[in-house]
Amino acid sequence: MTHAHDPIARLDGAVKRYGTLTALDGADLRLQRGELLALLGPNGAGKTTAIGLLLGLIRADAGTVELFGQDPQLIEARRRIGVMLQNAELPATLRVGELLRLTASYYPAPRSLADTAELAGIGDLLKRPYAKLSGGQQRRVQFALALCGRPELLFLDEPTVGMDIEARQKLWVAIRQLLAEGCAVLLTTHYLEEAEALADRVCVMAHGRMIHEGTVDELRARVAMKRIRCLSVLPADTVRGWPEVSEVRRDGERLHIGTAEAEVVVRRLLDTDRHLRELEVHRAGLAEAFTELTRDADEASDTNQREAA
Amino acid sequence: METIMSVTELATTSIMPRSRIIGAYLEEARSECLRYMRAPGFMLPIMLFPAMFYLLFGVLMAKSNGVDAARYLLASYGMFGVMSPGLFGFGVSLALERDGGLLTFKRALPMPPGAYLLGKMLMAMAAATVVILLLLVMALLLGHVTLSLTQAGALLLTGMLGVLPFCALGMFVGTLIKGQGAPGMLQLIYLPMSFMSGLWFPLPMLPKFLQQIAPVWPSYHLDQLALAAVGMRQGTLLPHVLTLFGFTVVFLLLAARRLRRYG
Repeated sequence: MTHAHDPIARLDGAVKRYGTLTALDGADLRLQRGELLALLGPNGAGKTTAIGLLLGLIRADAGTVELFGQDPQLIEARRRIGVMLQNAELPATLRVGELLRLTASYYPAPRSLADTAELAGIGDLLKRPYAKLSGGQQRRVQFALALCGRPELLFLDEPTVGMDIEARQKLWVAIRQLLAEGCAVLLTTHYLEEAEALADRVCVMAHGRMIHEGTVDELRARVAMKRIRCLSVLPADTVRGWPEVSEVRRDGERLHIGTAEAEVVVRRLLDTDRHLRELEVHRAGLAEAFTELTRDADEASDTNQREAA
Repeated sequence: METIMSVTELATTSIMPRSRIIGAYLEEARSECLRYMRAPGFMLPIMLFPAMFYLLFGVLMAKSNGVDAARYLLASYGMFGVMSPGLFGFGVSLALERDGGLLTFKRALPMPPGAYLLGKMLMAMAAATVVILLLLVMALLLGHVTLSLTQAGALLLTGMLGVLPFCALGMFVGTLIKGQGAPGMLQLIYLPMSFMSGLWFPLPMLPKFLQQIAPVWPSYHLDQLALAAVGMRQGTLLPHVLTLFGFTVVFLLLAARRLRRYG
């Protein structure tokens, strides 16, 4: 029995080992109906393994893996998902329309060919053989295959790799449209701006575990650092001497200052240099938060290994 | 209340009517056939090699040996031609698709179980049919072989079903080797095996030792059935049929086990 508030995809203490390598080390993940969760993490963090478990491609050594409250290896569970993998060489000689028709045949109530093509923006490609398409066009076709079955949950593994900016933004529009229809999305990406643009929640992985989970703003807030930029004649060493300042860099006339207490530093800057111009204060971006988080996790993991050794 | 709602929702979204499931199997088979019939790199060698051999040895050089030679070689080269869609259509494509991620993608999709393998099997049977038809036309028009309709039909049926043991063998090899290594490995199986089972030259012309070990090869048994189909051999056929059946089952099970374990 599934309740509406039960997660539609769930990892609970999932462990997966390949020989001596532990790819997943007690990973937890919950995906709710209709939300977009971005799974972030450096290469080798375990993202692909986590997705492989949820798709039923591999079995966990320990822990629970559920898709719509069922074992993902059951075809009934997978009839409710759509999949776009990072690298799948589709049959080269089949035309796009034929690929769509084949994939749609696996699902109980697929979208019409025309609907799918319009949503994925591939209406002009239907008659073309797959091998004749550009890399970006092939990605769009793969996206179309993922959504053709009217899925309730879409797995998108690095969907915009190899796409130009315009194609990427078109894909984002299509993803938002699917979200509006109530489809949930599990997205892995290397582009943090993609997570920032789309995600309700982000989940950061490192060393086979989830090290942070929350909204994009919560992730940013984990990093207290703010960036101040201005044109000033103050010597960098002087500013570095102030207690609130954690780093200073001079780039020609421009000063770059990193601090946790931007208000204090700005007041002091304005007091000290009356001719200061072009003052800007930025909160740390997702990229900085992400780098800091994974660096902390790396250090923690190194310490553990040293302690173990 | 919530529970009732979500149960009905489940019923509408993941229950698949039988007609759509059958439809999925048919779509898979149709796509497999289409994609290989359109790939000249696959179809041309499969059709050209047996056709060239037959033209050379069965039609041109057999003129002096009489019509029986053309009839005999129709069966043998026919079976030589039937082996390759099984070995290559199944083995090479499986090896490449394991390597290229297509198999992983299909396993993640709700494709009905077995549709992938069944599709490839039907494709191999279709390609085998094309090969046999091609040789039949050459035999009747160029080799002046006379066959009754039953004999031609029996040969066609032998070819269509005879491809299956080689599908199983190809599938097993495809699960052992990933990617581009598979074609070479399969050639190493295909060519010596067809030679040693008397598909290129009749067995009695081969060294004694090769004649004695010939029953080891599945292609030998298939050749016996094909020779019987065109009326070149008398005697009981059941042992050959059973051997081929057993061979198919064993390699199918081995391959299925490897696929389940290693993907």
